[in-house]
Amino acid sequence: MSSQETNRLDRRTASRPAQDAEPSALLNINGVTLQYKTPDHLVTATYRVSFNIETGDRFVLLGPSGCGKSTLLKSIAGFMPPVEGDIALKGRKVKRPGPDRAMVFQEFDQLLPWKTVRENVAFPLKINGIPNDEADRRAAEMIQKVNLAKFLDVFPHMLSGGMKQRVAIARAMAMRPDVLLMDEPYAALDALTRRKMQDELLTLWEELRFTLVFVTHSIEEAVLLGTRILVLSPHPGQVRAEINTHQFHSSNADSPEFAATCARIRGMLFGDAATAH
Amino acid sequence: MASNAAPGDFAPVIRAEYERTDLGDAKLEDVQRKLPLAETLWNSAAFRKTLILLGLAMIWQIYGVWLDNPMIFPTMGETLSALLSNIANGTIPVRLLATLKVLVVGYVIGVILATVFTTIAVSSRLGTDLLSTLTAMFNPLPAIALLPLALLWFGLGTPSLVFVIVNSVLWAVALNMHTGFLTVSETMRMAGQTFGLRGMRYVVQLLIPAAFPAILAGLKIGWAFAWRTLIAAELVFGVSSGQGGLGWFIFENRNLLDTPAVFAGLLTVMAVGLFVEGVIFRFIENRTVRKWGMQRG
Repeated sequence: MSSQETNRLDRRTASRPAQDAEPSALLNINGVTLQYKTPDHLVTATYRVSFNIETGDRFVLLGPSGCGKSTLLKSIAGFMPPVEGDIALKGRKVKRPGPDRAMVFQEFDQLLPWKTVRENVAFPLKINGIPNDEADRRAAEMIQKVNLAKFLDVFPHMLSGGMKQRVAIARAMAMRPDVLLMDEPYAALDALTRRKMQDELLTLWEELRFTLVFVTHSIEEAVLLGTRILVLSPHPGQVRAEINTHQFHSSNADSPEFAATCARIRGMLFGDAATAH
Repeated sequence: MASNAAPGDFAPVIRAEYERTDLGDAKLEDVQRKLPLAETLWNSAAFRKTLILLGLAMIWQIYGVWLDNPMIFPTMGETLSALLSNIANGTIPVRLLATLKVLVVGYVIGVILATVFTTIAVSSRLGTDLLSTLTAMFNPLPAIALLPLALLWFGLGTPSLVFVIVNSVLWAVALNMHTGFLTVSETMRMAGQTFGLRGMRYVVQLLIPAAFPAILAGLKIGWAFAWRTLIAAELVFGVSSGQGGLGWFIFENRNLLDTPAVFAGLLTVMAVGLFVEGVIFRFIENRTVRKWGMQRG
């Protein structure tokens, strides 16, 4: 596992222009321009953004508000077709939302209030033709993994915000998606809960080794959670940099290197020459 | 420390730090205590409402006795005895059953049509326009105003009553259902779509339960409209296939100047209304929106 991982990292650190899309990558984002309409404007959210995501990546889309990172994630999920460029998962063009790209949202109301925790997690499985008992078994197993075994038959309104997000993660993971998309899932949580959830996510990744695309505007969160960070500049969103952060864990989040990486990214985002190494 | 600070210019006051390692046992006499009986009773809505009803009944009885004219305003006692004797001799139960049969048929048809209309409305923009135009036209129109037309089309009988009830239910329910669908959060919709929900399954398994509080409100309004409209329609003509309903019972007894029986009929109308609201809809609410935390209280 570890030699495989080093290989992959080597391949990736070899600098290559983002434009030549590798067909081997799990997720190909190739020259994607996204626009949406408000009642009186046509807004360009991202402009010709390209990057590749490999299997097992914890890929973070980082940028200030207005850089189109959430729009980009929604486009990967299939909610928004690009006006230019294309998005391909395993070589197949993304056209509409589907269970191969599970999504965890920031808002707590993503859980269905009329279903218990177990039913919420099992629901997408049942819709996709998995037999009831198998779906229930998989749901219970995944709920166990997010430490909510005691709350199997509780309705969402009785859970705290952090617990709701754990259920949403369990629901997404139970679908065994090719890629897990997370749209600022911890932004509405208090700082202590957020920190705990970040550690739990890393533990879950160690155990299941899924591919994660994570949107955030917090530099520290990006450096802690990501193996690789795509830094986007705002208005319209364009790729500023891709940075490796696989070497950082919660155990060395206090290290000077961690702080230096954060400072470097902060410099890129805010154009402060003094902090940019 | 603050000697050189200008007035109104506050510096933080530095105090010694401390840290407690032994928190010991918190010694509280009552962590939880039962409230006094009077307060518990007063907190019960049922108890307060019973008091109000008793008060109203007392005012009624006093006024009736004082007026002493049972043909204009019978006392509560006279009304209750008329009610009991009409229940005992089977008149009110039979009339009530006749009314309820028509009501259920009309209500069910109305709700089904409303669901169909709303499903069409959420699936296309033209459908939305159709529904909003039709509700704008028919919702303000008292359904009872269609009765003369219904009589012309369907003749004297149940079909006319059903037509009028369907009209009273359909638009109110469709309007609420549509509003409910529109208020389903974007996040929940997107979550449903990532599961692969589409078409009818998306409506049935996501939109309808998510919009259930609004749908239930629509069903309640529809029920009240239907009940009022039906009693009113029966007052106009009651003889449907030889057997009149509750409205006709009221009208008949007014003609006979049997005012206590008229009051008894009105009480029955109210009692049915209270039963459906307080028992049937309450039951549905407890099993759904309250249990799901979508509605408080």
